[in-house]
Amino acid sequence: MNESHRIRVLVAKPGLDGHDVGAKVVVRAMMEAGFEVIYTGLRKSVEEIARIARDEDVDVIGLSVLSGSHVPICERFGALQKEYGLGDKLWIVGGNIPQRDQEALRTLGVDGVFAVGSELDSLVGFIREKVS
Amino acid sequence: MTAGKNDKSPRRVVNESGIEIKPLYTAEDVQQSGGSDGVGQPGAFPFTRGIHDLMYRKRPWTMRQYAGFGQPAETNERFRYLIANGQTGLNVAFDLPTQCGLDSDDPLAQGEVGRVGMAVDTLEDFEIAFAGIDLDRITVSLTINGAAAVLIAMYFAMAQKRGYDLKQLRGTAQNDILKEFIGRGTWVFPVEPSIKLVGDTILYCAEHAPLYSPVSVCGYHIRESGASPVQEMAYAFCIAKAYIDHVLARGLKIDEFASRLSFNFDIHGNLFEQVAKFRAGRRLWASMLKERYGTENPKSMWMRMIAGGGGGGLTIEQPENNIVRSAYYALISALSGTQTMALCSYDEAYTIPSEKAARISLRTMQILVEEMGLCDTVDPLGGSYYVETLTNQMEEKIRGAMDELDAQGGIVQAVSDGRIQAAVSKQAYEDLRKLERGETRKVGVNCYELDEEQPQVEFHPFDETVCGEQVKRLNRVRVERDGAAVASALDRVSADAKAGSNVMPAIVEAVKAYATVGELTSRLVEVYGRYDEPVRF
Repeated sequence: MNESHRIRVLVAKPGLDGHDVGAKVVVRAMMEAGFEVIYTGLRKSVEEIARIARDEDVDVIGLSVLSGSHVPICERFGALQKEYGLGDKLWIVGGNIPQRDQEALRTLGVDGVFAVGSELDSLVGFIREKVS
Repeated sequence: MTAGKNDKSPRRVVNESGIEIKPLYTAEDVQQSGGSDGVGQPGAFPFTRGIHDLMYRKRPWTMRQYAGFGQPAETNERFRYLIANGQTGLNVAFDLPTQCGLDSDDPLAQGEVGRVGMAVDTLEDFEIAFAGIDLDRITVSLTINGAAAVLIAMYFAMAQKRGYDLKQLRGTAQNDILKEFIGRGTWVFPVEPSIKLVGDTILYCAEHAPLYSPVSVCGYHIRESGASPVQEMAYAFCIAKAYIDHVLARGLKIDEFASRLSFNFDIHGNLFEQVAKFRAGRRLWASMLKERYGTENPKSMWMRMIAGGGGGGLTIEQPENNIVRSAYYALISALSGTQTMALCSYDEAYTIPSEKAARISLRTMQILVEEMGLCDTVDPLGGSYYVETLTNQMEEKIRGAMDELDAQGGIVQAVSDGRIQAAVSKQAYEDLRKLERGETRKVGVNCYELDEEQPQVEFHPFDETVCGEQVKRLNRVRVERDGAAVASALDRVSADAKAGSNVMPAIVEAVKAYATVGELTSRLVEVYGRYDEPVRF
């Protein structure tokens, strides 16, 4: 990776879910790792998130969902990727994601699933490895 | 965790609230930490040992498992199941659209209808949800905040329609919006109008439903967001103070409403620290009501509470361990003299509790009552050198945290500019790092792990047809209701909101005309605006 390029990450809270402890913890871990992080705050529509990702030209998009609605949200976000030119971004999903849904998310184009209990350093390492 | 200079030096122990724990406590420690004058008798000021003289000897705590999902009919079925199994109160979970003040057919509600709680659009949903439940015998707690004014109005309208007298109706609404800005996140309006709405509900209840508890101030979610036990109590008390000051400024007298305020606190963590937290909290709250607000009425000084949950202590790993954890949390709650208890179920880190998991939670409490002697004597830990010392120390720390916050401009300011949110989330981060480094230990997470671990809970099936069915019923209600009556009721809500008057009477009339949660919330948003979350790290 080019030394001068800081990895830019968007951490977003789609839908109505108000659980933001995990998203904020992840933001801090990424900031500590030297990434530039944009955090959307709660209750963003997938369209808003796609627009911010495009306008801010981020390398990584992280969606945090703990309400159980990760599959429908990712279906809708995935459908917007082409329109917003986000196909080349690293797409990560975190939250309360049961094992049985992880394959479905990957089929939708999610590059990495970091469920509750994942180590922060493994997330940071994954991003470093994939964004180059 | 510093190693001793020789083998005889014990390891250093500091609890989550920053208090160093000695290997042994004696009468001297109690004296040095402030003495035992503040212990007193249960049922008498300062209520350290409990708000009632006989506590559970007279009646065990209310058992109130959090429940709700899908359409109101399915939730009604779960309610009846819990009651049939010995549950003595209800604690209603609403889906996210309802909590955010949206109708089930709102585009933002897509994928969320009936998922994490029961879907509610109109009064009809409440009529179905509580059908066949005796509201005199089973009190109902509504876990609702941003849309609380509307849902409280709906509860009152439903009860009145069934012939209950509001003057005699008991029950609770969570309705603590200030903590929603710190954790949980189901806010709708900006901070100031949100406090005004809480005030509206308190004033309305004081006049029309004097036995109803319109607000349950929550330390719980602040703790779950990363706060220490001391901060949990301190911030909750500061929030309660903000509501009291607001209502006093609107002309009510302290004894016209203080006895109807209650609290919601968390129970995971070190057993003795939590018990001391609650005993200290009761004493501090009573003293504050007496000294700052000048009440002489004991009921106004009571820190009534639901002490329950403990979700932040449960783990995804080895979920059955959560049954054991919850049993200890229940013990904490019982030893702390709670009025009401609810336990997170062992599968709740994954899913909406299954019937079986909910029943185990209920049985956990029933075992304490029936088999373990928890209801035989009041405040069984009272007089312990350790617990009394810790109670004194926790009280001092909570007071200190409150003073510090007040000196910095108070809770409303700290929430508005995002300072509290940032501080609490920083602590959550540091706590997680400590866990990852093994500095704090969590069984099954960073010690005693299993190599091959698969989730072993059964998932609550989410019924994809819920949304369609709910919307179909909503549309039918929209067609059948008297459109002109709804329009004029909604106009009155708008007019009262604009005029700065109490909007509750108009909202009650509107829900009786079957105005929807979304229609009412939109009217209020037009006047009050929406909250703009400060993002701060």
